[in-house]
Amino acid sequence: MARPVSEKVLWSLVEQYYDVLPERLRRELYEKILEAGLTKSEAVEVIEEAVRRYKASLVAPGEAVGMVAAQSLGEPATQMTLRTFHFAGVRELNVTLGLPRMIEIVDVRREPSTPIMEIYLEPELAKDEKAALRIASEIELTTVENVTRSVMLDYYEYAVVLELDPDVMENRGVTLDDVVKALNRVKGRRGRVEVQGENTVVVYLGVEDIPKLRRLHDRILQLRIKGIKGIRHAIVKPVRDDEGNIVEYMIMTEGSNLQAVLSLEGIDPERTTTNNILEVYEVLGIEAARAAIIEEIKKVLDEHGLDVDYRHIMMVADTMTYTGKVRQVGRHGVAGEKSSVLARASFEVTVKNLVEAAMRGEEDPLRGVIENIIVGNKPVPIGTGAVKLKMRYEFPVAVANKGGEE
Amino acid sequence: MTRKINVLKHRLVPRHVVLSREDAKRVLSRMGVKKTELPWMFSTDPVAEALGAQPGDVVMIIRESPTAGRSVSYRLVISG
Repeated sequence: MARPVSEKVLWSLVEQYYDVLPERLRRELYEKILEAGLTKSEAVEVIEEAVRRYKASLVAPGEAVGMVAAQSLGEPATQMTLRTFHFAGVRELNVTLGLPRMIEIVDVRREPSTPIMEIYLEPELAKDEKAALRIASEIELTTVENVTRSVMLDYYEYAVVLELDPDVMENRGVTLDDVVKALNRVKGRRGRVEVQGENTVVVYLGVEDIPKLRRLHDRILQLRIKGIKGIRHAIVKPVRDDEGNIVEYMIMTEGSNLQAVLSLEGIDPERTTTNNILEVYEVLGIEAARAAIIEEIKKVLDEHGLDVDYRHIMMVADTMTYTGKVRQVGRHGVAGEKSSVLARASFEVTVKNLVEAAMRGEEDPLRGVIENIIVGNKPVPIGTGAVKLKMRYEFPVAVANKGGEE
Repeated sequence: MTRKINVLKHRLVPRHVVLSREDAKRVLSRMGVKKTELPWMFSTDPVAEALGAQPGDVVMIIRESPTAGRSVSYRLVISG
């Protein structure tokens, strides 16, 4: 009579806990019970035990989860300080990791100290190294300065004399025509671009004005011939599977411009990312920013072999993003936007916070944890202190009277 | 050279679904919270724009999570 439970029955048994157990646990229960070939009554028992243990493992109401997350991330971070400014070289690219990177992430810097993009190619091109190299050279920002050997100002002719470097030009896939075309964009109405000899280009200003000539000189050097603004360097990297076979080619860049790269032809706009979290936020939205924060923090911790529970990292990312924008964990964000005066003052710049709050006539309802610790209130609203007693505890009249007589 | 990108398909963007008024109400009452107590997202958020979500809408977000497998979360769309 001990027949293993059927898939259909087991599925309905597991799915009745749809609201209780997370998807992964339900799937695991289903698979493992099938594998073990349990009978229906055994399966019910196992599932009920799983539910009981799951409920027992839940965080208790009032638990200071933020504090625990902060400590769980803060302690490993002290381990990292010993390896501050550690760079892991990806061929010729440097990546900031360790504590400096960690600080960068939670501070939400406008631009990371080493902005990096990981660009994947469309499936049709992914295995084609040549295509990858072509796209890489297309997106790499090439300015006139990059391809010139020397620049001279000719004060007699009011001209900028550029001596181009043919080797570099070939390397970067830039032709003389490209340079001339680009120069024509800035020469001005009365200016004139002239090619002299093989590698010399002269830009005549056409006006006798020395300050203008100097400005032209500066503009010419910064002039973009091709590429994407912000992408300083791009290299092609093979992606290997576990056996070391090349699966596809990808491009890693120094410098980042997600918006521009995503709209490029030939790249895979679904997998291409950047380590610049604010860029992710602006281009892909708040949920993507949350995912990017988690990914970036995880990357730093993994690099150092630190195992921090994923839930703590999610806690940080959620706190940084729940207002719909990315807030830094600090004075100008999470800590600075607290509603309580005392909580803000206890973080940083105490006096300034107190003075400004006083001028605005702010009140502090003492609802948070720090406020109550500061004023010495008991209980502090956390854990068992977070609940209020709802019992009426007046003495029955008779008892109270008796007590008075003795 | 350039083309329009579909942010909804990006690896970092989880599935977003704009809830109907009734569904939103049901979700909120089940959780016992007010709309404004949900996390927010701006109506100018690239994803909200792609979905055409208006301020006041509740968006259901289905995230892939290594701890829960799949987890469901909600955001209130606010103007901005």
